Amino acid sequence: MGSGWIGNSVGRVGAVVLFLLRVLRQCPSSLAKPRAVVHQIYNAGARSLVIIMLSGLFVGMVLGLQGFDLLQRFGSEDALGVAAALGLLKELGPVVTALLFAGRAGTALTSEIGLMRATDQLTAMEMMAVDPLRYVIAPRFLGGVIAMPLLVAIFDIVGLFGAQLIGVQLMAVDPGAFWSQMQAAVELDDVNEGIVKSICFGFACSLIAVYEGYHAPPTAQGVGLATTRTVVVSSVLVLLIDYMLTAAFLGR
Amino acid sequence: MSAPPVRIRDLHYAVGTRPIFAGVDIDVPQGQITAVMGPSGTGKTTLLRLLTGQVAADRGRIELFGERVGELDKARLYALRRRTGMLFQNGALLTDLTVFENVAFPVRAHARLPESVLRRLVLTKLEAVGLRGAADLMPSQLSGGMARRVALARAIVMDPELLIYDEPFVGLDPISMGVIVRLIRELNDTLGVTSIVVSHDVEELATIAHRSYLLSEGRVVASGTPEELARSDEPVVRQFMSGAADGPVPFHFPAGDLASDVLAPTDRTRVRS
Repeated sequence: MGSGWIGNSVGRVGAVVLFLLRVLRQCPSSLAKPRAVVHQIYNAGARSLVIIMLSGLFVGMVLGLQGFDLLQRFGSEDALGVAAALGLLKELGPVVTALLFAGRAGTALTSEIGLMRATDQLTAMEMMAVDPLRYVIAPRFLGGVIAMPLLVAIFDIVGLFGAQLIGVQLMAVDPGAFWSQMQAAVELDDVNEGIVKSICFGFACSLIAVYEGYHAPPTAQGVGLATTRTVVVSSVLVLLIDYMLTAAFLGR
Repeated sequence: MSAPPVRIRDLHYAVGTRPIFAGVDIDVPQGQITAVMGPSGTGKTTLLRLLTGQVAADRGRIELFGERVGELDKARLYALRRRTGMLFQNGALLTDLTVFENVAFPVRAHARLPESVLRRLVLTKLEAVGLRGAADLMPSQLSGGMARRVALARAIVMDPELLIYDEPFVGLDPISMGVIVRLIRELNDTLGVTSIVVSHDVEELATIAHRSYLLSEGRVVASGTPEELARSDEPVVRQFMSGAADGPVPFHFPAGDLASDVLAPTDRTRVRS
């Protein structure tokens, strides 16, 4: 039983990697006709804006509250800007955005592709000698990969605004200290860490979403299960990758 | 003389341990309408999937335009599919595109045509199925019969040499059905295409098919013109053509003894054969 489970898992990882290679091969021709990709950036990105901005605001506000409470015990509440900026840029921005992305855009992708499979649309494309990997999968994958870093950037900005709102406006942290300490302490490497993470998360979430959709059994139950799996697998994968990337960045 | 559009020899195919085909031979002559009939579950749709290279046969050879389908790489297979049009049971229209864009889809994917030429081409094909006026509708706004006619326009937009119809009559009202029957006939006559119609609607097929194959239990049990099949004395053919519930094709799915199943102790939740 145990070895069968391991064998299955290894097999699945292999299947996802092979699928990724097939999708990547179609990506150049998909980028050459960017209209579909732009449309998918809109679908995955623009349509997630509200949830991303709302969540960013609240996460930033909580950071402001907790950060202030913590820092005040050491009499260093002026460092709130640094704490909020680093927390958002390096961890909360990429991770929370990716988790929301998996729930909002990933599930939409999976169920859309799964339903296209169930209603023979993908097979019909194959029968018209049109590769669905190029016309359906690659644009959606690329749209997700491109949208994620943009969403993370927006999340970070709104989050900082939220932290500032609580810290400076409500808790009366000195605005000059808030911003200048932030500017002095945040390094380019910190920003890079956030960018690398957001790109990796976008890659992982988009890949899982299109893979699950493409391979969903063509039934109501099959598409439903695939959608659930998209959320579960992407979320766990994001947290796992987050740990590995954090370790890699701190290890330097 | 070129190779016949479709030639199937000694086809074997099984799903798991359940054999679907055990030695099927089918020939589809150029320019004719060939019907493949059979009760539900005889693998008619599977036959089309095998024929178009979506799944691979276990044994035997399937030739499409003289090339063995199972041995082709993707590029060669796609080249063959461009010469083939297929009508799916439910139409399989792309739900995020308008009727016009659905019909234009294969053209846009395969050819670079000026928009004016493309427009004329698509509208001509839509006119042929009587739906030019529906060009701007979305697939969700179409009835089942209309969706299938749009799918038919899409299937013929690349001027295929072979048209494959998967259950084209299922779930249509008598009028829509009559329209589809007429369209299949007209397309065959006017475009000179070869047609394969997979269906179990005996009466509709009898009016259009040049030749019919009757499949049952993995084999071709009868073939011939519709008249020949109608006159056949074979019990299987008689049962299928007249629609008797029981006969050589059993009404019951294979199961164990009824009495022992029904009267079994209540803790037995599964029926075993």
